[in-house]
Order: sequence, then C-alpha cells, then structure tokens
Amino acid sequence: MHMADALISPLVGGVMWGVSAAVTAYSARKIKAGTDEGVVPLMGVLGAFIFAAQMINFSIPGTGSSGHLGGGMILSILLGPHAAFLTMASVLTVQALFFADGGLLALGCNIFNLAFLPCFVAYPLIYRTIVGAHASEKRVRVASIIAAIVGLQLGALAVVLETFFSGVSELPLTTFLLLMLPIHLAIGIVEGLLTAAVVTFVGKARPGALATTAAGPAVAPLGSGRLLARWLLLAAITGGLLSWFASTRLDGLEWAIFHSSGKEALSAPATAAHSLAAALQERTAVLPDYSFRPAVEGSEAGEVAATSGEEEKQWPDVNLATSFSGLLGAALSMLLAGLLGFILLRLRQRP
Amino acid sequence: MAKIESSFLDLGYLDSLAYRDSPIHRLDPRIKLITTLLFIVCVVSFGKHELSALLPFAIYPVMLLALAKLPPGYILRKLLLAAPFALCIGVFNPLFDRATLLHIGSLEISGGWISFASLMLRFVLTVSAALILVACTGFDSLCLALARLGVPSAFVVQLLLLYRYLFVLTDEAMRLARARSQRSFGRRGRELPVIASMLAQLLLRTLDRAQRIYLAMQCRGFDGELRLLRPLRIGTTDVVFLIGCTTALLGLRFADQAPALGDAIGGRLSW
Amino acid sequence: MVTRPLVAVSDLRHAYADGSAALRGVSFAVGAGERLAIVGANGAGKSTTLLHLAGCLLPQAGSVRIGDLILRSDNLPQLRRSVGLLFQNPDDQLFMPRVFDDVAFGPVNLGLPADEVNARVMHALAVVAATHLAQRQPHRLSGGEKRAVAIASVLALSPTILLMDEPTASLDPASRRQLIELLQTLEQTLIIATHDLDMVLDLCPRTLVLGEGTIIADGASAVILQDAALLAAARLEKPLRLQACPVCSRRLPANGRSP
Repeated sequence: MHMADALISPLVGGVMWGVSAAVTAYSARKIKAGTDEGVVPLMGVLGAFIFAAQMINFSIPGTGSSGHLGGGMILSILLGPHAAFLTMASVLTVQALFFADGGLLALGCNIFNLAFLPCFVAYPLIYRTIVGAHASEKRVRVASIIAAIVGLQLGALAVVLETFFSGVSELPLTTFLLLMLPIHLAIGIVEGLLTAAVVTFVGKARPGALATTAAGPAVAPLGSGRLLARWLLLAAITGGLLSWFASTRLDGLEWAIFHSSGKEALSAPATAAHSLAAALQERTAVLPDYSFRPAVEGSEAGEVAATSGEEEKQWPDVNLATSFSGLLGAALSMLLAGLLGFILLRLRQRP
Repeated sequence: MAKIESSFLDLGYLDSLAYRDSPIHRLDPRIKLITTLLFIVCVVSFGKHELSALLPFAIYPVMLLALAKLPPGYILRKLLLAAPFALCIGVFNPLFDRATLLHIGSLEISGGWISFASLMLRFVLTVSAALILVACTGFDSLCLALARLGVPSAFVVQLLLLYRYLFVLTDEAMRLARARSQRSFGRRGRELPVIASMLAQLLLRTLDRAQRIYLAMQCRGFDGELRLLRPLRIGTTDVVFLIGCTTALLGLRFADQAPALGDAIGGRLSW
Repeated sequence: MVTRPLVAVSDLRHAYADGSAALRGVSFAVGAGERLAIVGANGAGKSTTLLHLAGCLLPQAGSVRIGDLILRSDNLPQLRRSVGLLFQNPDDQLFMPRVFDDVAFGPVNLGLPADEVNARVMHALAVVAATHLAQRQPHRLSGGEKRAVAIASVLALSPTILLMDEPTASLDPASRRQLIELLQTLEQTLIIATHDLDMVLDLCPRTLVLGEGTIIADGASAVILQDAALLAAARLEKPLRLQACPVCSRRLPANGRSP
C-alpha cells in the first residue's frame, strides 16, 4: 500500500512532506537528546531487519494478497515511538529509492501512513493503553494484534484520502474505501498475529530487549495525552490548509465530495466523476482572469449539463484550462508545504 | 525463496551502477537530488487529463540515461516490477469516467482512458527519474547530500546503517529461508507459526548483532555520529546543469504546450 | 620480567546478567611487543577477557591495567586509544558505507584534521595491502578482504596493543595464510583469542589456556601445544602439525622466542 508519485498532486505530496519532515526533525531531536548512543546501531540494524523480514512474506488465504511484517508496530514495541518512526522512515526511503516502492514525492505520504500512524497513533494510544503498566503475555498479544490492525486501517484510510484529494484517480471515495479497508483488515490481522508472536517470543528469550529499549514509561502514560494533542493539531493544520485551499478558490470540491460519496456517485459514476474532474480543474485555476478563462467556463458548462454524453470538450481545452493555473497551484502548494514544515520546525525547537 | 535472492541481487546491481563514471555521475549529489525533485513536482503538477504536455518530459530521463550510460533495459524491468499498485488504482479511471474527451476520426476516447494513460505516464516518468538518481549517484552520496542539505543527522545515520546492514540481514534471512525449505520437504510450510518463529530467530540475531556493532563503534570512539569525510563541491558544471535543467523543466511546465508539441503531434489528429 | 608489563590483569571476575560466571579470577601479564594466544573451549572466557582488555566491559571484581591506566569508567576514552579490538565477524566491525569511511571512522572521532586522517587511512590500508579497496563497499569484499580492512580500521588508530577474536575464522586457506603473514609483520603487542592452534604455533610464542573461566595453563606454546592431556582437559586438540605426522613434525617452527 505504498503511495506512488503518479497518484498524488503536488499539494498533497507537499503537505505530507512537510508533516513528515517536521515529525522526522522532532524525532531526531528526541533521539539526540537521549543518553543512550547504543540505540543508533540498534535502529540501523532493526531497519535492515524489517527489510529482510518483509521479504519473507506469504499469501493470506482467501484474499489473494500477501502479508508480511509491516514494521511500524514491532519497531515501536522494541524501540519506542521516536526511534521507531525514524527507523521506519528510513526503511521507506530506501524502498522508494531502490525498489521504486512509492516515490520521492509520495515519500511524505508513505512516511505518514506507514510510520507516523503506527508509531505515534496506534502504538501510544492503543498498544500502550491495553498493555498498561504490567505487561502480561496475554495483554501484549492482544495489544499487538489490535494496534497492528488499527495502525494499518488508519494507513489504508490515509491512502484513500490522499489519493482522493489528489484527484488523479477517478475512484469514488466510498468505492475506494470499500476496496482498501477490508483487504487491509485481513493484512492487519495477519500482521498483528505475526507481531504478537514475534514480540512474545523475543520477550521470553531476551526479557531485557523489550523492557529496556521500549522507553515505554517515559513515553506512554505521560506522553500519550500530549501525543494525541500533537496529532490532532497536525491533523487540524493539514485539514485546515486543505480546506482553505479548496474553499477560497472554488466552490466545487466539497460539492464533489458530497456527490461522489453519495448514492448518486455509484448510480451515475460518469456524471459525478466528471463533475469532480471539473471541480478539480477549477481548483487549480488560480488565475481567474487569465485569457484561458473560456475553457474553464466550458468545463463549467459541462458541469451544468449533467448529461455528459453531449458534452464535446476537447483535449486542447483541457490543456488550456490547467496549464498555467495548475503550475501556479503547484508552486503555491510547495510554498505552503515548505512554510508549514518551517513553522512546525520552529514550534518544535522552542521548548 | 527465489524472490528474496533476485530482489537482493537487483539491489546490489542498481548500486553498482553508481560506480561507473560519466559526466552525470560526477555531478554534485545535491544538484542531482534537487533537479530530480523538481522534475517530479513538475510532472505530477499537471491536470489529470494531461497527456500531450507530459510527453516532452521523457526527455529528462532519456537524456540522463544516455549521458550516464545506464542500461535502459534494467530500469525498464524495475519499472515493471513496481507498476502493480499504480496500475490497480489507475485502471478504475476508465470505468468511472466515461465522458468522451477526444475524437480521433469516429473513435471516441473517454476521459477515463486519457487520465489512465496520463497516470501511467506519470508513473513511468517519476519512478524512472528516482531510479536514475540512485543509479548515477549511489546511496551513500545521496545520504551525504541529504546531510548537507540539512536533514537531521540522526536520520542520515539511520539511513547509512540501514543500507549497510541490508545486505548482511537479507543474506541471513535467505539462509534461514533455505534452512526452512530444506526441511519442509516440498510442503509449502508457509504457516503463520513457522514464519513467526523464523522472524523471531532473525530478530534475536539482529539484536545480538546490534550489540556487537555498538561495541565495535565504542572501541573506535563513537559519539552518536557517523561522519563522512568526503568533500562536496559545487563546480561550474554543477551550476550549469542545475540552471539548464531548471530552465528546461520550468519551460516545459510553463510554456503553453499546445503550440510547440500540440501542433506537431496533435495537429495530425482530427478532432 | 624486568620492566613493568604493558598489560596486567589481576583476579579478574565477571558474571553475566543471568548469574552464570564467565571469568572466575583470571590473572596474567603481557609485556610490550609480546604475542600471546588465548585458547580454550567455547564459553571458556576468551572473548570476555578480550572485551575487558578493550574496555568494552568493566571488571566486576579484580583489575585490568593497560600501560599506566587502570580500567575504570572515567578513563575509557584514553584507554581505548591504546587498544584496538578486532571482532570475530568483520561485518560487525565494518559499519560504514565504504572502506575508506570505515578506516577513517576512528581517526575522525579523535578529531584529527582531514589531511592527517587521510594519511592515517592510506597508511593503514597500505599495511594490510588493501589500498585498492578504499572506495569499495564492505558488502562487496571477500572474507579475507573484509578481515584485512577490519584490521586496517583498527590500525588507523595506531594502538599499541591489538586484540583479536578468532581472526582466522571463516577464512579460506590462502587468505588465512596471508593473514598470518601480515600479523607476523606487525610490531604491536598481539593478544589473540582463537581455536586455530596451528596459527598459534606460527604466530604466538606464548599461550594461555582458559577453562571455565580460569587459567589452566600459561607458558610457551611449543610446550603447551604438545601436552595432549592438558589440551584434552581444555577440550582442545593438538595442532595438526603436531599430530604425529612424520613429514609435518620435521618442519616444526623454531619456537625460540619465549616471553
């Protein structure tokens, strides 16, 4: 479920880059501040372990997909969230560069989906909460399974949202969700079982490995509330930016979301999808007075004429409607992303 | 476990390409990284029905492939291996978007097919650009570039160590997998408990190894940093390359595609 | 011994976290320039002894002195400068992306200027005849090359004492021979923990036999490695060359150099 560059827009990619970069900087500072240098080689080798472990995969009966150790959860249990996040981010970076799994622009999305969500959301809020202060084997098992499932579901949800907001794919939101969530439920269950089995095995064989490295007490009971607050803040900023961007420019995005998620979308896919396309085109029309305006109006006309069969929109028109404005949108989004990352970084550095 | 072995070998090969010598190889890694990112952003910033304007961007990877003397067949093979996810999602476009966007003679082509083609083209362009970046730069030089561009050192150190032990641990995983298949006598033996215990074995060995590496580091004065003593210098060639690429990419992105390319190619089609 | 020995270990004891004893009172001294082999079965305490000498473990009881320094947590940085430890598995020791970076790791951490680091790296690589490997990646080296580079990475810190854990393990015969010849040219004090008793015959005039955390024997290699009963007690076996092979035994090295 790695996002690919081809599926995302610069805006979504840029925002997610900003968020991931900020969390990376924050985690790196946390690691640096830690006194134990031994965690550095441990993280490096565990990253390689996740890589090797992901190569040992196997098919999940009945789904046709394959399951493997996702990594985020087991790393959090072994290393604590900050080190686990950095480790997972490095695994994803190497995958993007060497295996073309994901892409450079999509790296921000992938780090958010597969590193941030399990390490900073599922681990502190679910795993630590269930395990509590007295880690019994049964609790660890249950907690690993549930946390892995939740983490993966969140990740799948994020993939859907990122794809949707990018507007490159025509998949309606609901359909996409119906595709992604069940498959990832199956994968999540298997990952959870694997994580639980590996964690309990290692816990028995090397009791010190989990207790000493988890840095659990320092992060969990004390930090989970703050972490939640941080996450909500990030989500709010991201969501706010996206909706601001959407609402100032256009009218259409929410409308399109409504339509594509409503029943209409399923019964008349072409209409809804097309109006979504038009809305997104408009979203990128940052220069309303530009001389290509007629083309945009053309697409609006198409929007009104809901029976899309009659619409004779031509290829060059699409080009004209999107060229300059899309570019400006891209530049603007990168600027926004950079700004967001910069602000977050500053905020982090203050305390 | 042929799969492990082949992907492992692949990894080594991609990396070995970085040891070749060419004008592109000699460029400063920072320059190459920035240019690649700019290229990707330009490519994905087009509207989803864009096709004609995307095509000229192929010049960039093709030019780099040629200048860096990289084997195109290999990059192509990597592209195919990575294609499934984008393909899976993209293939829905023709299903959901049936509005006719283009007429070629009496043939009507729907927006879905165009956006699907556009999506796959983006995929090919972005992924090949990233692969070429690694193939002509090398992973450690990229890490160095990241460090010099201000990426936190804890993350760069992590990348370097991960990369170094990737080879060692995939090797170890391979040996474990072989040992298992030796004793499973043709039965698939892929049950969850077996996999779990294999992974747990690998993890225990990994933990021990991390301990030994840490000792080895300590013996040589480790203080939490891995410093690479390699000078990076941006020379005239680098500046020329950066300015040239930026102008070309922005030109392709900004300039109205229709006259230049649309007339040349699109003019022959009758709408 | 007239002068003060370079290394002095006295009544060193160590128990692991699970309570099992690894060393139960080990005492020995090593003079400057000496070559000492530490032999014994698996788990006899060889590696634990080396880790103490390298300052990777601190004595739980007893003491370790290197030069003028008594091993303590507060003088570890100085102590580690005079001691270099070669790990059994070179993959654990070569953790940097390229050979050059790895050999430079120690000197860079000492804070030396770039020129000096360069000079040290190239010198260390020249000593082990591996200058041509400088820009290679560790995972692309053969076993013998990895071993040579690992030695260079230790030599770059110019230690006075070299500690080696199973240096000939998993080397092919030719690489093993090359390694032995290389070690013979080194001037540093060598302390080698090994199962390779034939190498001991070639390289180390003196042998220390460990068994279950205590010293069973300490003396001239030529004598100890002939003592079948002693070796059997330590779960060892006579070197192949001493196993009553009429051809080999005539070519015995002259073990004249005694400590």
